[in-house]
Amino acid sequence: MPNVMAVLEQRNGTVKRVSHEVLAAARSLADHIGGEVHGLVIGPKGVNTEGLGGAGADKVLACLADDLELYQADRFTHVVAEQATTGAYSTIVLGATALGKDLGPRIAARLGCTLASDVTSISGRDGVVVTRPVYAGKAVYKLKIATEPSVISVRANAFDPVSASRTASLEEVAEADGGKGRWARTVKVKEPEHAALDVAEASVVVSGGRGLKEAENFRLIDDLAEALGAAVGASRAVVDAGWRPHSEQVGQTGKTVSPNLYVAVGISGAIQHLAGMRTAKIIVAINRDPDAPIFKVADYGVVGDLFEIVPKLTEEIKKIREG
Amino acid sequence: MKIAVCIKRVPDSETRIKIGTDGKSIDESGVKFVLNPFDEYAVEEALKLKEHTNGDVVAISLGPESSQETIRSALAMGADRGVLLKCDSIPLDPLPTARALAAELEQGAYDIVFFGKLAIDNYDQAVGTMVAELLGIPSVSAITRLEVTDQSATVEREIEGAVEVVEFSLPAVVTAEKGLNEPRYPALRGIMLAKKKPLDVKDVDLSKGGLEVLELSLPSERKAGRIVGEGPEAVPALVDALQNEAKVL
Ligand SMILES: Cc1cc2nc3c(=O)[nH]c(=O)nc-3n(C[C@H](O)[C@H](O)[C@H](O)COP(=O)(O)OP(=O)(O)OC[C@H]3O[C@@H](n4cnc5c(N)ncnc54)[C@H](O)[C@@H]3O)c2cc1C
Ligand SMILES: Nc1ncnc2c1ncn2[C@@H]1O[C@H](COP(=O)(O)O)[C@@H](O)[C@H]1O
Repeated sequence: MPNVMAVLEQRNGTVKRVSHEVLAAARSLADHIGGEVHGLVIGPKGVNTEGLGGAGADKVLACLADDLELYQADRFTHVVAEQATTGAYSTIVLGATALGKDLGPRIAARLGCTLASDVTSISGRDGVVVTRPVYAGKAVYKLKIATEPSVISVRANAFDPVSASRTASLEEVAEADGGKGRWARTVKVKEPEHAALDVAEASVVVSGGRGLKEAENFRLIDDLAEALGAAVGASRAVVDAGWRPHSEQVGQTGKTVSPNLYVAVGISGAIQHLAGMRTAKIIVAINRDPDAPIFKVADYGVVGDLFEIVPKLTEEIKKIREG
Repeated sequence: MKIAVCIKRVPDSETRIKIGTDGKSIDESGVKFVLNPFDEYAVEEALKLKEHTNGDVVAISLGPESSQETIRSALAMGADRGVLLKCDSIPLDPLPTARALAAELEQGAYDIVFFGKLAIDNYDQAVGTMVAELLGIPSVSAITRLEVTDQSATVEREIEGAVEVVEFSLPAVVTAEKGLNEPRYPALRGIMLAKKKPLDVKDVDLSKGGLEVLELSLPSERKAGRIVGEGPEAVPALVDALQNEAKVL
């Protein structure tokens, strides 16, 4: 019976939300082909693996060692490839995260198999069929995966986590010889002074553009984001102007986001910006130009001066949150 | 230092996509092709390293005959010579491409090979990392900072909400993220010189890979939205819609 492997990510000892989405994607595939889902966690000792059964795993494979706290590309590849081979998995599913986008291609190359990256749907009915947006989201491929095994990475927020009353068995697996001591080593992770929610992971994003006129005015965006519990995003224009860091840029040469709510403030909606956010569930645009292209994709628009509208909006949101 | 940079010819980022009559590919008529934007960062970083180390930069592209123009753009920026691995069509599965590039790179004994993070046509973000794996050398993807000292290097890459610092020895592969540098514009002199720089053309045969295209289509249009109003007076209506209609608050 072919099983599906879900590669799960942890940060600071907790399995990430995106990994629950990976489990959900793996689960739907496994249910179609009648196999099991095995979640593989690589990380430091003491990672909390509780609840992964309910999220879709039949079994959890845990490869834990204290020096696996940070992402060590070569060692992780070695562990996944080793497990993938011994377990004869038909499909290996990862999240299309910073880690997954690096690890996925390595595993595919190591196994000599097909890779479908950043997919937004998977079906197992007639073989494995995936959809993936290409050309900056301006077109979508429907692809049949014709070979086995294969590696698939899934876009964040494209799959809803499941919850079932399943408990997963836990099996500790050892890191096989051969992966250690070579090649690249991640020596540290630099956390920013003020830990901020990442646009790629947030369920609400508030982004600002050149309409804010100067860097200091981004305070308006910060305030609105705080009221909404949102991450702050930016257009390329303001990143290139040095107002905001590249890590906040949304779009073709920035991050792709699919939050439940995306608020675009003083952003015109250039095609390259839309590339990064057009799959958001709800889009709100605030812009003084009624003809700005952002209004073509927005669910709700307010035309006018952002300097008047945004503070009012922040105030109203705060009222709701507090009331 | 021997430096290589792999570059791809892709439709310009402004391109309006039309689906071809086969329903499985884009209609290329009228499409303007450019050097992949992320590959501009790769070329720039290769050139900076060359200037630093008195090195030599070869630009390699796999694609149709017309990819020669793309290679010439890299030569105009300052690369020394080009190699075109010529094939009629590039399969969607990134592995055959990675294999062909790895086979070419293997012969060159390069100290470092630059790629873009991502090609803006197929959005795989895979080829560079795959090539490193096939060659059995270290690689780091999506770097925003590179420091090379002799036979080793330190790089930074952005992850969700933080930055990873990675060390490795050469030879190695890195893939370039926006923010790594500011690509230079080719000067007129560079463009003239580029015409005379050597460009090898080699035919390659690619396997078709494991992805079969069933369909290429335009994304479903977003449902038409509405303007809830003008100015700050519209805010209550907006909040109401978000709360009661969209239910996202
Ligand atoms: C290869 C390539 C890749 C790119 N990648 C990206 C990318 O990843 N992300 C990205 O965002 N862009 C990208 N761009 C750039 C893109 O083409 C646009 O230039 C950019 O998105 C514009 O940013 P903006 O909307 O902030 O600025 P502008 O286009 O200048 O828009 C500012 C908007 O603010 C409005 N405004 C001004 N004042 C006010 C006010 N007081 N109140 C309300 N509204 C106001 C204006 O009406 C206008 O619509 C890329 C371009 C290229 C060529
Ligand atoms: N056909 C190709 N020829 C040369 N380099 C390529 C080709 N395809 C991809 N690359 C390189 O690999 C990077 C990542 O591409 P991709 O994995 O397709 O997103 C690109 O930025 C290029 O540097």
